[in-house]
Amino acid sequence: MKTSEDCVNKNYLEYVKAISPKTNQKRTLFHAFWVGGVICMIGQTFRFILELGLNITGDELSGYVSMIMIFLGAFLTGLGVYDRIGKYAGGGSIVPITGFANSVVSPAVEFKTEGYIYGTAAKMFTVAGPIIVFGVASSVLVGILYFIGYRIF
Amino acid sequence: MKRTIYFKNKPVIIGAGSIGGPKESEGSIAKFIETKLDDDMFGEDSFEKAESKMLFNAIKTAILHAKKKEDEIDTIIAGDLLNQIIAATFAARNFSCGYLGVYNACSTFSEALLLGATLVDGGYMNNVICATSSHFSSAERQYRYPLELGCTRPPQAQWTITGAGAVVVSADGVGPKITGATVGKVIDYGVVDANNMGAAMAPAAADTLYTHFMETSLTPSDYDLIITGDLGTLGSRIFKDLVWEKGFNIEKQHVDCGELVYNICEDEYQGGSGAGCSALVFSSYIYKRLKEKKFKKILLLATGALLSTTSTQQGESIPAIAHLVVVES
Amino acid sequence: MVIEILTTYLKVFLVGGIICTIAQLLINYTKITSGRILVYFLLAGVLLQAVGLYQYIVDFGGAGATVPISGFGYLLAKGAMDGAKEGLFGALTGGLSAAAMGVTAAIIFGYLFSLIFKSKSKRN
Repeated sequence: MKTSEDCVNKNYLEYVKAISPKTNQKRTLFHAFWVGGVICMIGQTFRFILELGLNITGDELSGYVSMIMIFLGAFLTGLGVYDRIGKYAGGGSIVPITGFANSVVSPAVEFKTEGYIYGTAAKMFTVAGPIIVFGVASSVLVGILYFIGYRIF
Repeated sequence: MKRTIYFKNKPVIIGAGSIGGPKESEGSIAKFIETKLDDDMFGEDSFEKAESKMLFNAIKTAILHAKKKEDEIDTIIAGDLLNQIIAATFAARNFSCGYLGVYNACSTFSEALLLGATLVDGGYMNNVICATSSHFSSAERQYRYPLELGCTRPPQAQWTITGAGAVVVSADGVGPKITGATVGKVIDYGVVDANNMGAAMAPAAADTLYTHFMETSLTPSDYDLIITGDLGTLGSRIFKDLVWEKGFNIEKQHVDCGELVYNICEDEYQGGSGAGCSALVFSSYIYKRLKEKKFKKILLLATGALLSTTSTQQGESIPAIAHLVVVES
Repeated sequence: MVIEILTTYLKVFLVGGIICTIAQLLINYTKITSGRILVYFLLAGVLLQAVGLYQYIVDFGGAGATVPISGFGYLLAKGAMDGAKEGLFGALTGGLSAAAMGVTAAIIFGYLFSLIFKSKSKRN
């Protein structure tokens, strides 16, 4: 039986590549740069407010800041604004933690029609699940390596 | 091996119904569309239900225009893009006639026409409905990402159209006649980019068209129009190049439903796509022009990319198909 | 004071912007999807912190380094490294405890907003 590899027509694929429209590099990079920068500046503003206004410091401070940013990302997703920003900014709105919130909320809202348990709750991590899995797994790996390191040295 | 068939009794398309979403109702064929929606939920609470209702509506309109009663219809041949073609099935449960569910992705409409014409031409049935639908939002959540996910669309991407089209094919009556068809063949050139469907489908379209010309010894100039389904701007260019390579120039005759359906605008990139694309354009604009005898002989060549989310994730390339139907006014 | 705040903002803007531009470069050249981008940047953050480099970026860029998802990775790695000083239990739980706020917020707000809002179809 034929596999996908047998089907490859190299000449054709090269021809398609040659005539396919290209992404506008400079424009997309600039959009990602300024939107990403601005989102981080918003985060910094909350940092200043909490730090100088409420005297919160250290881990607590970064925890609250990420909570606020996730709230904003989730709220804008619910309003249907975040996908507009994403279309304009690309990487600029995917990589900040608001983009993580967007990837959690968007399937949750989308699959509401399939019910609150198997729809919303189960589909919530279809996009963001790997982040939690790889995040926890890699942190455990780092923890164990450092634990062994501390015992030996 | 022969893939072209001729219909001796020339089944007639006696009626057509079309329905388009809000975006399609602003496009360049808008004034030919029967029912225009300003809300793509169509009063339902899910996109799937809305799509099903649209298909139901298109079938109803087609029966009405054909001046037939519902119990005169023998069978419905329908399909759509959703898993297990639920939009078509759920629309068909409202009718008492027979139902054949078909799936060939975006080429489903020409497949349905081919099968319907065969049933009628053979004398097995008198009135057959051929219908397909697609819905941007239901297709997007099934094939790509949730609607609200902020991701970018590459410039090769197409826009699944929200709409449905239905025609009544009958043994006798007045209207455009289906005189021939060429069955498509699955062709895969190894394109893996699911955002570049035009490039995946163009070789299949070129193969079917070439086979048709070879087996009938007709040439492009025998046709007023060669209408492809949803190749898009990029796909159309590749298609014309491939056909030209085989020795036919179709520059003058070729139109693409996907390119036709929207006004030129940056956001749709390559144009419309989806099972409803060729159905909507055929049962509105093309059908009316055929009836007015503005077009004498046309070729409908709807193309389909036969991929699924599973095959894409497993890294398979995209096989494609194109069925061809000849319609004369 | 004002100048200090302005320079901080400038640094935040630059660092955050550059991280996002790298992501956009990856998207443009490799066509990888947003889910993958997030995973790669998270792992990059974990790795850079594990070898002790990301702390410098955070000290320089502030929120510009902590708001991107790589900052989340930094938080996970930092938690695990701090926990490892106390013992095996800390090494295993430190990462997730440090990131608990982010995960909790995502789940709670995600569920809450899905109750309130509906998915809207796009026109372009």
